[in-house]
Amino acid sequence: MELRRFTQPNKPTNTTTVSNSEIAKWNILDRPLTRSRDELALSTFSFLFAEAVQYLQTRVQQVSELEDKLNQLGYRVGQRALELLYFRERINKREIRIVSILGFIRVQLWKFLFKKSADYLKKVTDREDEYYIEEEEPLVNRFISVPKDFGQLNCAAFMAGIIRGALDSAGFTASVSAHYIHRAESSRRAVSIFMIRLEESVMNRERRLAG
Amino acid sequence: MSSSTSRSSTWNKLGDAAYAKSEKVSADLVALTYGSFVREIIKDYEEPDQVNKELEKLGYNIGIRLIEDFLAKSGVGNCSSFEESAEIISRVAFKMFLGIRATVSNWNNEYNSCSIIFEENPLAEYVELPPEYSNALLYSNMLCGVIRGALEMVQIIVECEFVKDQLRGDDTNEIRIRFKEILQEQVPWNDEE
Repeated sequence: MELRRFTQPNKPTNTTTVSNSEIAKWNILDRPLTRSRDELALSTFSFLFAEAVQYLQTRVQQVSELEDKLNQLGYRVGQRALELLYFRERINKREIRIVSILGFIRVQLWKFLFKKSADYLKKVTDREDEYYIEEEEPLVNRFISVPKDFGQLNCAAFMAGIIRGALDSAGFTASVSAHYIHRAESSRRAVSIFMIRLEESVMNRERRLAG
Repeated sequence: MSSSTSRSSTWNKLGDAAYAKSEKVSADLVALTYGSFVREIIKDYEEPDQVNKELEKLGYNIGIRLIEDFLAKSGVGNCSSFEESAEIISRVAFKMFLGIRATVSNWNNEYNSCSIIFEENPLAEYVELPPEYSNALLYSNMLCGVIRGALEMVQIIVECEFVKDQLRGDDTNEIRIRFKEILQEQVPWNDEE
């Protein structure tokens, strides 16, 4: 009885194309990753993000805790986004120097997620291990107005988390936080910056690489 | 029948137009953010049933705000019936917000309950449920809440339930909608007194 199974002919397959529902039944690892999907409406993201902020807000006591939670939410996105981007764009070069990975995040990763590159990447003067990415109007803050009693809350902490996640999975452990700054004393409009401080181990490696 | 087909194609066009003219973000950003959010909720609630309930509730909060955006941008007028609302959700709203078109089917005899069926789910991209959740977690349950919340704002009270989910091994995704009642318009509460 058992042996007969091997001699039975395969069922004839009359179609060569597979529908999406069939693909979905496969193991997740069998599904194509390169299938680049269409874009989605910005409002879909904004509604989702706003709800996430409200959800997290009910679970914290302080503004700083909320920022930590947003950062953590973004971290998981950043980790995965970097990997996905490498596959999608078939990039087989790994960035090993600080300035190149930060540049990669500022341009490629930003374009991949937000359809634009971030405005500037700058180095903090007289701090070897600190850099910042400057963004005039972070996408996540477009439809968010922060109430007065929330002080300096910057919901772009989520994007800071994305940077931290991407850096971490690229082997650059760092702490990243979002802040508001005024470009000039006179300007009333605040821009956001993502402050990146790299860990000592990363700096040691960088010094070695620099020879 | 011909009038209903022509209405369907009008809705399809409205959906395509609303999708085409909206400002866009990467679908991956939405999928990854949703996943990260679900992960956060699982961390807080642990029990899959509680997570499902919470997802539905959060969806409801989105729905009651999303309806305004939908009515303003889609160009859809008043719906005359529950049947029409279901078609508009699947042909216009799904396209506008999720980039996919769903189909309405499985009407019951009383015409007060139907299914919204969609093959692709942009929220569940790259997702595989771990064994301990695969029979219990309704990963995309937020969608049920969104539909319920949005319809409530146009006086239609429904119950929604995920009955098929590809993440659980089903052949398609199916949300069952049950019509409950139509709310009567009420004079707004006068809060100045």
